[in-house]
Amino acid sequence: MSIINHSTSPDLPPPVTEVGVIGWMRHNLFSSPLNFALTLVGAYLIFTFFIPAFDWAIWSANFTGKDQSACTGGGACWVFIADRLNFFVYGFFPDAEYWRVNIVFILLAALLIPQFIEAFPYKMWLGWALLVGLPIVSYFLLIGGSFGIVHVETEKWGGIMLTLVLSFVGIVAALPIGIVLALGRRSNMPVIRGICIGFIELWRGVPLISVLFMASVMLPLFLPEGLNFNKLLRALIGIVMFQSAYMAEVIRGGLQAIPKGQYEAADALGLGYWKSMGLIILPQALKLVIPGIVNTFIALFKDTTLVLIIGLLDILASVQASIIDPAWSDVATEGYVFAAFVFWIFCFGMSRYSQALERKLHTGHKR
Amino acid sequence: MSEIQAQPQNGTAVNGSPAIEMIDVHKWYGEFHVLKDINLNVSSGERIVICGPSGSGKSTLIRCINRLEEHQRGQIIVDGVELTSDLKHIEQIRREVGMCFQHFNLFPHLTILENLALAPIWVRKVPRAEAEDTAMQYLERVKIPEQAAKYPGQLSGGQQQRVAIARSLCMNPKIMLFDEPTSALDPEMIKEVLDVMIELADTGMTMLCVTHEMGFAKTVANRVIFMDGGEIIEENEPNEFFDNPQHDRTKLFLSQILAH
Ligand SMILES: Nc1ncnc2c1ncn2[C@@H]1O[C@H](COP(=O)(O)OP(=O)(O)OP(=O)(O)O)[C@@H](O)[C@H]1O
Ligand SMILES: [Mg+2]
Repeated sequence: MSIINHSTSPDLPPPVTEVGVIGWMRHNLFSSPLNFALTLVGAYLIFTFFIPAFDWAIWSANFTGKDQSACTGGGACWVFIADRLNFFVYGFFPDAEYWRVNIVFILLAALLIPQFIEAFPYKMWLGWALLVGLPIVSYFLLIGGSFGIVHVETEKWGGIMLTLVLSFVGIVAALPIGIVLALGRRSNMPVIRGICIGFIELWRGVPLISVLFMASVMLPLFLPEGLNFNKLLRALIGIVMFQSAYMAEVIRGGLQAIPKGQYEAADALGLGYWKSMGLIILPQALKLVIPGIVNTFIALFKDTTLVLIIGLLDILASVQASIIDPAWSDVATEGYVFAAFVFWIFCFGMSRYSQALERKLHTGHKR
Repeated sequence: MSEIQAQPQNGTAVNGSPAIEMIDVHKWYGEFHVLKDINLNVSSGERIVICGPSGSGKSTLIRCINRLEEHQRGQIIVDGVELTSDLKHIEQIRREVGMCFQHFNLFPHLTILENLALAPIWVRKVPRAEAEDTAMQYLERVKIPEQAAKYPGQLSGGQQQRVAIARSLCMNPKIMLFDEPTSALDPEMIKEVLDVMIELADTGMTMLCVTHEMGFAKTVANRVIFMDGGEIIEENEPNEFFDNPQHDRTKLFLSQILAH
């Protein structure tokens, strides 16, 4: 016996409990007892923490004015940040030379932003300009002393500018050194492997803070009299060595995840070691570990604050130096929130970029 | 086992000059003696099928020919060049010897066309445009030119294996090695790969093929080699080999694979 339904069923609207605000709330906020409890906790947090925080930061805050007397709202005194902004951005870089730092900032932004835009042409070339061209141009612009611009000692560098210099150089140098170390650690040649393992384990085994102390306090003791090279350079070398050891281990993880068949196929085609690494293995391995690489970059970016203990004036150190200024009282929170916000912006940007990169490089393969 | 249509004449295009010579070759994996006293001469244009039970050393044997594995004793001479630890010789031989693997081993981060053109561009220094032209020709020969812009992960197994064959052919090799090229494939895809291999045999390519496709062996091979326990047990022209096996182990093996 067969049953045939000849009438066509009309499309009925879904019940109110499924759509609109009520439906959304049912599905997302009150779908289970646990969810219900979490919703209540969330609501409690919003009322006790976020609303007062919002009130402090925006509603009752003062944004304009000249000095402490403008801060009457009882909330945050952003006037302080506005007043010291130049110091937070440029450190002690001479006012008249700000334009040089600004050019570097603009170049950095101009080369970075296209990397976020899906369809932008010449991304490859812009990428190379960013990684190779920008450091060279920035070096001459910031240091000066040539091409008719005055020399600015690195002791005067500070603030966001110094933080960016430290982290950018760190990132640009740590990645290639990390790659070389990771390849060396997997080499068939015992001497090379030994050197790489030794290097990696040495730097991973000490805290960055002691590396920086060593670089700034102990290194000069070992160097011959008179040869006293730049404090910033020493800190940079310390940071790069330290972070490249971490980077090497992240990349080694990626290399290990590549199936043996890929190495064999590359060998069988006669590609040779460097071509097979450069064209076949590393592109796949690096893609696999993008989250780990960006994680290391973010850690590096935040770790640059440690240079304050050897007397370099990065963004955090310049905030600390400013909040003890007697002209301002009780502005520590504002200063630290500002510094945290600057860090968050950059780290969030890196994180988003890595997600976009992963999506773009996904070629739908399964192993 | 799949049916095979194209019918090359067994025994054509063998011109006598030696392509591969293996003389008293031994190999060990640590303590394990995996290849024992292998002697094998392959003339150019010859097509050889190697079979034998699992673990008998078939893969190891053909992987020694392009030195994916190193032998410890004896001599292997490929295309007139002896395989030693000399890297130059190894790279020279690998340029002339193509290889297809059981699991295809295409490069998943490159498109099909890039997979094919990569080695000609970087190893043979062929200009990109020319390499891509050649790549398209070979894709047409293996009947999947429309897949050129896709990535390997988007292709079926049979298509991937045909791409892998085309990738090796783009290097214009003198010798092709196949290590169980159809054993990871679903039955309906085996035939499309075998057809490509038969066509390749028709062109007079020197081929060494580890496979259990007996139909393929009968149509294409000049010689079938049976291995067991790291030794070559028996070696014969295909009809004799299947109809009239000499050694007990060969008989046992044939009865086992013909049983299903
Ligand atoms: N890298 C290795 N290290 C140690 N032993 C190995 C290694 N590779 C293979 N063997 C061993 O050597 C023997 C021969 O291996 P091989 O892969 O050549 O066999 P095969 O004839 O190709 O078998 P199959 O039909 O299963 O592919 C096997 O017993 C295997 O366990
Ligand atoms: Mg095998």
